[in-house]
Amino acid sequence: MPTIWLVALLLALAAAGFYWGRARALSTAGGDAKDLHSLPSYYGYHVALTSFVPAIGVLAVWLLAQPLFIENRVSGMIPAEAVPENSTLGLVMSDVRRVAEGLDLAVEQGLLTRAEARDLSSGSQDVRALLGEVGVALGNDVRPEVLTAAQAFRNLSNTGKTAMSVVVALLALSGFAWAYSKTHKDFRARNVVERGIMALLILAASLAILTTVGIVLSMLFETKNFFGLHSWTDFFFGSTWAPNFRGDSELSILPLLWGTLYISFIALLVAVPVGLFAAIYLSEYASNTVRSFAKPLLEILAGIPTIVYGLFALLMVGPALAGVFAKGGLLGVEWMAGATSVLTAGLVMGIMLIPFVSSLSDDIINAVPQAMRDGSLGLGATKSETVRQVVMPAALPGIVGAVLLAASRAIGETMIVVMGAGAIAKFSANPLESMTTITTRIVSQLTGDTDFASPETLVAFALGLTLFVLTLGLNVLALYIVRKYREQYE
Amino acid sequence: MNDMTLMEKTVDTQKIKIAAKDVNVYYGDSHAIKDVNVEIEDKTVTAFIGPSGCGKSTFLRCLNRMNDTIDICKVKGDILLDGEDIYDKRVDPVQLRAKVGMVFQKPNPFPKSIYDNVAYGPRIHGLAKNKAELDEIVEKSLRRGAIWDEVKDRLDAPGTGLSGGQQQRLCIARAVATEPEVLLMDEPCSALDPIATAQVEELIDELRSRYSVVIVTHSMQQAARVSQKTAFFHLGNLVEFGLTGQIFTNPEDPRTESYITGRIG
Repeated sequence: MPTIWLVALLLALAAAGFYWGRARALSTAGGDAKDLHSLPSYYGYHVALTSFVPAIGVLAVWLLAQPLFIENRVSGMIPAEAVPENSTLGLVMSDVRRVAEGLDLAVEQGLLTRAEARDLSSGSQDVRALLGEVGVALGNDVRPEVLTAAQAFRNLSNTGKTAMSVVVALLALSGFAWAYSKTHKDFRARNVVERGIMALLILAASLAILTTVGIVLSMLFETKNFFGLHSWTDFFFGSTWAPNFRGDSELSILPLLWGTLYISFIALLVAVPVGLFAAIYLSEYASNTVRSFAKPLLEILAGIPTIVYGLFALLMVGPALAGVFAKGGLLGVEWMAGATSVLTAGLVMGIMLIPFVSSLSDDIINAVPQAMRDGSLGLGATKSETVRQVVMPAALPGIVGAVLLAASRAIGETMIVVMGAGAIAKFSANPLESMTTITTRIVSQLTGDTDFASPETLVAFALGLTLFVLTLGLNVLALYIVRKYREQYE
Repeated sequence: MNDMTLMEKTVDTQKIKIAAKDVNVYYGDSHAIKDVNVEIEDKTVTAFIGPSGCGKSTFLRCLNRMNDTIDICKVKGDILLDGEDIYDKRVDPVQLRAKVGMVFQKPNPFPKSIYDNVAYGPRIHGLAKNKAELDEIVEKSLRRGAIWDEVKDRLDAPGTGLSGGQQQRLCIARAVATEPEVLLMDEPCSALDPIATAQVEELIDELRSRYSVVIVTHSMQQAARVSQKTAFFHLGNLVEFGLTGQIFTNPEDPRTESYITGRIG
């Protein structure tokens, strides 16, 4: 029975549980809902949830655990000498899976009966040709060990599936029966449903947290692999980024880190003053009419995909800068070799961050109590004096937090840098030169044909982890600053 | 204070500090103040009383043009400070507010030190030539705010760390630091407990020797205790204006009497 049917069955059972539970509760109260402890629908929800949630939970866990279990069992069946010289157990296992899949398809299409598929042996028939017919192409002939393993694989997964269906169905039915038998007019269904909802919310929250932990752990393990293949001193303290596939790559993060920080710095140099001043204008000076159309207009900027900003950098800003600073440009100097440069990417990224800074700062400035402004204006201060001496100091912690959040976005930005900054890793203080950042190198190390056992690929994880630590640090710092000073004026 | 002493309150006639003539205020379409005429004397405490929404706070805010900060608010009529129209084009509202100080309903010290709170106005208006002079102004203002003894050892502590009553007296000290001629108070005790209220009321009585004080209050007892003259507002009209003793013991208008005796409000 396909899993989807099982889920449909569970849903149907839950729906039935809802109506029957509700009806039973009403009938125990003699049809008068006022005699019930809870509203009738709560009894329905109680039965529906008790039959559905545990069953679907077990189903999910089973679906995740079964392949791991089978893989483990089947790979134990393959003797070490059955693994060819130039191959690994992993490759043999992928053959096993493909053969098993092919046999399934063959049975489905009627080329083999179930019994034939189970008893098939490599001597009696050309398995490769047979599987070729159902669309599963294999690289070489199917060896007897592989075929046996594949049959065991099929066997185990069929048994597992049947067992799963039975267990899940039983669980759902017993949940249903238990909840239905508990349904009585004095039963506190409302409280139970409340607890159930809390459990659901906790589950959602922990899923998000667990995913984060999982991502960090996977990066950690891959980074550990990388440092097994490449010296960590070169990664952290080297001075050159020059990956090659001859095996003597120099993979140092420092030039990339420099490019990242330099570009982010220029971006913040653009975004912070413009964004902050825009926020001050909008929150302190603008009339309601101006505000009502200027603010959404500014926030449209935040909705533009970064790839479009990248295009803008590549096609407009870069050539414009080149038109001034490159050979034959307006200034008659030759400071810029091409259209890509730190300045190009930094300017465009700064424009991207303006709405981010301004809308966060705007909220923070608006949160400063009006009483502060009244107090200052009432003493004869002008608007700008009030903003400078009272509103800004009160809003400063929040604004610092906003700037740090903007900085962590700038550090993590990829598309604009790919298209605007070029791909050359180097140390230079000249903003008109091409440079590259950590994010773009991660992209280029992982795209294309890659071998996941070489340091040139694995370095991406080390870079990613460094980036993660960097932005996490900035976010934590931002939150700390915001929290520490938040209540100052209250 | 009881009613007997109210009648005996001595009131010297002072020169007119603020004169309002036919003042009308509009918030968008609503007519908030209707043809108000009032004369506020120097070195006198004038109380504005009336039910909520009667326009007393709005009228108070007209006296230092704080209503300018509200876009939809329009003020018509003349308000003269020492004979000069404060709504004249030549008058700078910012300068005016230094002359007509204001204390608000909720204590609103800036998130700065006590010293910087008081020094804020003098610094903006350049009242002190050097640090020593500024120190002097701060001390003098804190003394006038009757809070010097409580804070003299911790002038660097944040003003927001004081208790509610201390904060309000700090705000009064901050307002007097710019040497105003008139002090407007918008329900200055409504957020304070009875002890702090008593301290602030005592302070208001002292301030009378230097300034013309206008106080908006919801508490009729407070108006009776601290003011020499009282104006009763109702639905945007100035119903009655006169000596406090007169208003509280022998009001002319039936609406005033109803309000004072608690029949409307």
